Amino acid sequence: METVAKALANAPTLAQRAHNIRRNAIRMGEVQGQGYIAQALDIADVLAVAYFYAMRYRPEDPAWEERDRFLLSNGHYAIALYAALIEAGIVPEAELESYGSDESRLPMSGMASYTPGMEMSGGSLGLGLSIAVGMALGLKRKNSNAQVYTLFSDGELDEGSVWEAIMSAGHYRLGNVIAIVDVNNQQADGPSTQVMAFEPLVDKLQAFGWFVQRVDGNNLDAVVAAFDAAKSHTESRPRMIVADTLMGKGVPFLEQREKNHFIRVEPHEWQLALAELEAGRQP
Amino acid sequence: MKTTGPAMQTGKPRLTTSAMIASIAAEGQRTKPAPFGHALVELARQRPDVIGMTADLGKYTDLHIFAQEFPDRYYQMGMAEQILFGAASGLAAEGFMPFATTYAVFASRRAYDFIHQTIAEEDRNVKIACALPGLTSGYGPSHQAAEDLALFRAMPNMTVIDPCDAHEIEQIVPAVAAYRGPVYMRLLRGQVPVVLDEYDYKFELGKAAMIRDGWDVLIISSGIMTMRALEAARKLAGDRVDAAVLHVPTIKPLDANTILREAGKSGRMVVVAENHTVIGGLGEAVAGLLMRSGVHPAFRQIGLPDEFLAAGALPTLHDRYGISTAEVARQIKRWL
Repeated sequence: METVAKALANAPTLAQRAHNIRRNAIRMGEVQGQGYIAQALDIADVLAVAYFYAMRYRPEDPAWEERDRFLLSNGHYAIALYAALIEAGIVPEAELESYGSDESRLPMSGMASYTPGMEMSGGSLGLGLSIAVGMALGLKRKNSNAQVYTLFSDGELDEGSVWEAIMSAGHYRLGNVIAIVDVNNQQADGPSTQVMAFEPLVDKLQAFGWFVQRVDGNNLDAVVAAFDAAKSHTESRPRMIVADTLMGKGVPFLEQREKNHFIRVEPHEWQLALAELEAGRQP
Repeated sequence: MKTTGPAMQTGKPRLTTSAMIASIAAEGQRTKPAPFGHALVELARQRPDVIGMTADLGKYTDLHIFAQEFPDRYYQMGMAEQILFGAASGLAAEGFMPFATTYAVFASRRAYDFIHQTIAEEDRNVKIACALPGLTSGYGPSHQAAEDLALFRAMPNMTVIDPCDAHEIEQIVPAVAAYRGPVYMRLLRGQVPVVLDEYDYKFELGKAAMIRDGWDVLIISSGIMTMRALEAARKLAGDRVDAAVLHVPTIKPLDANTILREAGKSGRMVVVAENHTVIGGLGEAVAGLLMRSGVHPAFRQIGLPDEFLAAGALPTLHDRYGISTAEVARQIKRWL
């Protein structure tokens, strides 16, 4: 409880971080005129808590052996992670304007060989959690205290490999895995729950032997508490945070867009997006 | 359809079987049990970073030998090839050297994307060892990996190896461990024939080796087809055909220098023999190399046809699809 209290005291800072991540993502989207902006906006709060509250890393040494690993399974969320990596000082802010351009270290889909701080090549969905299982086994073998964080999307629950990994992490009682599933209920062909029913998600994950929490992924206090509980949980079980989020969070006209899986924004709308974000900024 | 030699000799009708695991050893042939498993144990004694992983096929890929010796370095991932290779990638990312085993069909067909994205694309140090390569099971297309070499050849960063016998497998294990990067190796398991020790052969990664020289025809082969080519060459000698056998265990990267030198010797027909579909394997790799290099010998391919193969007894199938010793010799004689 003490750490939660401390986090609440720091909440304005995390709110500021989340705001900056959103702003960075919108600025990158403007470079290309399109992108997975709505996802970046919905997951910014979770990334703010991961990078500025929960995880251990050294911005100047992204391969530091003792770092917590962060696997971005949903490679198309790269714009969100770049926004966080820039905010964390792992990627220089000057590179923001190269997003998605030729020769850039920030390609539109996240790849380990391009970007400092990127631990895996996503893009093909359903890979992250399986790599996480191997990394977690490896870290245990090395008696390392590092944690493996993995972000994946509700749409990825359609992939059988995700369930293979969920079963495997449960079997090996991988207490060093903290997975976050972004439930924004939106995938390429429509609402995730309609594309392929995945509820009741918490019950299913618990049945596989995971310690599961479901939180409002856009409520910083709730997200902080969930990361705290995931880290301090004493049973040797993998930990899942089911984060319900709102596509486009923080920019009302994007929140209201019906088709927001992949957003095209007119040139004049980028300023509008930044203005709306700024207007809703928390003190 | 012909029956096999030994059955003819004893005069007894031999029961044929389409069993999943059928021996590739001929009756009376020298064999060694589980050469991969024993070699991996030997390697693991020297290297603490070696990990064994499988997808419910430990016993059938000879990995159980390793599992018994190093239970704490062995991961059973269940009947799930995607997590097998994804987790192998994660272990490699943390500095370990996983040897991951399954059947060749499941690695090549079911887990291709996982190997492509989590292992090859990230250049992870994972060794993939896969049993039942090509036509070494009579169980039908579900278990016949006729196209694995084509698929893994096409994958950037991947080294691809097709060993001939137990003698070679014993040497491949430490050789691929000394090499840093992803490797796909075909695996002969169970009682594995021993052939190449008689030829004073040593495996070198990326190197082809002249096992036997000859003037009339150059057989370029990999895997069990080198064994067949050597037997066929002996048969052909009886018909005064002088056949050379160039063994090419590393399908990728191909030993271009040796192949071009040997194929460029004038007058020799080049016959590539492989236990794989004629599409995309060693035959087409050699053909492409020769064409690009302006070396144009008479060229023939021995390999599996572009069709779903039948279930049945291996000797029957090897005859039917032209990769038995008798068929290799017969086809070469017809071409010369």
